[in-house]
Amino acid sequence: MVDENIKVDVKGETCPVPLVEARKALKKASPGDIVEIIGTHPASKKEIPMAVEALGLEIVDIQEKEGVWKIKIRR
Amino acid sequence: MVDKATIVVHSGDMDKIFSALIICNGALSMGMEASLYFTFWGLERLKKDGLEKGPLSKMNMGGLGKRMINSRMKQSNVASLERLIQDYKELGGKIIACEMTMEIMGVKKEDLRQELIDEYGAVGTYIREARDSKITLFI
Repeated sequence: MVDENIKVDVKGETCPVPLVEARKALKKASPGDIVEIIGTHPASKKEIPMAVEALGLEIVDIQEKEGVWKIKIRR
Repeated sequence: MVDKATIVVHSGDMDKIFSALIICNGALSMGMEASLYFTFWGLERLKKDGLEKGPLSKMNMGGLGKRMINSRMKQSNVASLERLIQDYKELGGKIIACEMTMEIMGVKKEDLRQELIDEYGAVGTYIREARDSKITLFI
């Protein structure tokens, strides 16, 4: 099976939606899949990586451009 | 054992229901388990069509304050209580309804949104949840 690349767009959403949507997507993903969360809520850019660490998963990449951040997580 | 958060939802005030659901959704999102124990005025929010009906804990001003906060929340794109509770259930959060409150207030199971409720219990159920919890709060 090929690992999938799942995108979750939470631009404009505020606490706790980006974190919750990240968790929902990670729950549905299969091991090896990449989940990419795209958002604008500043606190979530820090807190999604905290959740990823607590879940024992891996951050692949974090980028931010003009207030829009993208966090890539490997399930 | 997985870490857990357990909250007693004693208040039925809208802002406090937000706090309880946001904290528990955060806990679930960060890999914890969560339990919400609805008792006294909190139980009113589990009634059919009751979730959004709570007043503000301060400056409700006969509903005027609540309307103002609601419109500010809409502007800031805050999720509704209904969405928060659906997310809570989807992430595996548990809801317990207090049986003593049901008895005192004359609330029947049919009055409550039974599809949301995992268990009906008393203080022993709360203690069972709270004793294995890293976080326990009374709201």
